Amino acid sequence: MIEIRAEMVANVWKVVAVEGEAVADGDIVVILESMKMEIPVLVESSGRIIRLAVTEGDVIQEGDLIAVIE
Amino acid sequence: MLPESVLIANRGEIARRIARTARRLGIRVIAVYSEADAGLPFVAEADEAILIGPAPPALSYLNAGAILAAASRTGAAAIHPGYGFLAEHAEFAQQVIDAGLTWIGPPPDAIARMGDKISARNLMAAAGVPVAPGSTEPVPDADAAAEVAARIGYPVMIKAAAGGGGIGMSAAADVAALRTGFETARTRAERFFGSPAILLERFIAHARHVEVQILGLADGRVVALGERDCSAQRRHQKVAEETPSPGVGAELRERMLTAAIRAGLAVGYRGAGTVECLVEESTGEFVFLEMNTRLQVEHPVTEMVTGIDLVEQQLLIAGGADCSFDVGSVSPHGHALELRVYAEDPVRFLPSPGVITGWHEPAGAGVRVDAGYAAGNTVTPHYDPLLAKLIVHGADRDQALERARAAVGCFQVTGPKTNLPFHAELLDSPDFASGDYDTAVVSRLRP
Repeated sequence: MIEIRAEMVANVWKVVAVEGEAVADGDIVVILESMKMEIPVLVESSGRIIRLAVTEGDVIQEGDLIAVIE
Repeated sequence: MLPESVLIANRGEIARRIARTARRLGIRVIAVYSEADAGLPFVAEADEAILIGPAPPALSYLNAGAILAAASRTGAAAIHPGYGFLAEHAEFAQQVIDAGLTWIGPPPDAIARMGDKISARNLMAAAGVPVAPGSTEPVPDADAAAEVAARIGYPVMIKAAAGGGGIGMSAAADVAALRTGFETARTRAERFFGSPAILLERFIAHARHVEVQILGLADGRVVALGERDCSAQRRHQKVAEETPSPGVGAELRERMLTAAIRAGLAVGYRGAGTVECLVEESTGEFVFLEMNTRLQVEHPVTEMVTGIDLVEQQLLIAGGADCSFDVGSVSPHGHALELRVYAEDPVRFLPSPGVITGWHEPAGAGVRVDAGYAAGNTVTPHYDPLLAKLIVHGADRDQALERARAAVGCFQVTGPKTNLPFHAELLDSPDFASGDYDTAVVSRLRP
């Protein structure tokens, strides 16, 4: 299991991935927005999204869980 | 006539900078702030401060109703919009005027005509200001974009007509890149600016970004206060500016200043405005890019070389009064640089919000710091990453660079990462130090 966590305080602008779906290295999980910049959060290894911990509009803190990949 | 009081519809460093001049002139300062900004210096230092809403800009700094209500409650005589947020909203400017308040900015009509980049380009071309080949009306879809691009020739620049800050902007070298870029630009244009209108322009690969500061006087005349070189950019956003431009000689300067005055006269401009141009390196010719109908972030470099307080002139002109200086004899002296201190990592330029645990500003001869934050403040993700502007003046460019290097070394911010280490690198890089650089200077340092 791989946990994807936030690198910075940000707003969740778009949730791109879908819970239960397969993802590949480089796929976008969510797009964060911080300080007027969009920051895509990418998958770094292939697998399946077993949990999406954020929804659009959430404000997340550094270290917060975004998704879990199996 | 100066207003008795001014409500500053902005935040951070610019709210503080406007307040400083207002206070010096004996004008009562009213701040408005969001919940996220309650602890910032601009709130504490104001004579009155009104909470206007939660952190998201749409609910606070872009909330015209809440700002006008705050003005009414505090008996504000005037509203200064700063830059960004509502500064270039013609409708808001009109609402301010309709409420019987003084709008510290140009006429709403001038804002509207310059706010749409397509209409601005057409207007400038008609006024005899050079523009790059491009679309004269909004480009509706990718197919139409391909046709326009074929006509003006690749590479082309794709821009949001209502846009700014480089958002949604990209260059395309061929039709495939054009189609991708067009869709991105349209999505972002809609999301950030509420208008999907897109324009295409011939992309000038090797160019300097040079802009002219103008003042539209109360009597209708327009004066130009010299140029600023803003070629040092990352993601199409400025990081360092200087005046005079090392790439502009006396003859070109004369022509650019004349064109900028013509641009201001064409829209009946009043107050402080900036005419942005690109200077193509191969030809030494310039084209009009856009006009910013407000005070510019980098206005302090002009103030440092001219000794003119631009906010004071804005306040005077809005009140129908003469400027505080002799408009017939402006003679800039020396050289000034501005470095934008952003809360971002200095390598990838990614945002770095957080709590500021330590803050130490440089001081000394020729050094000015316009800061929005202090130790103990939290930098939130809701607004742009600008923490402060470090402005340095010297008798010549070499002295300004030397002072800038020393000042960057003394500027200490702990907590969020900042781009101060990047500025140290930029000032030492042969490209920037030589003065012979273009808009790619930052990307060459960060390939």
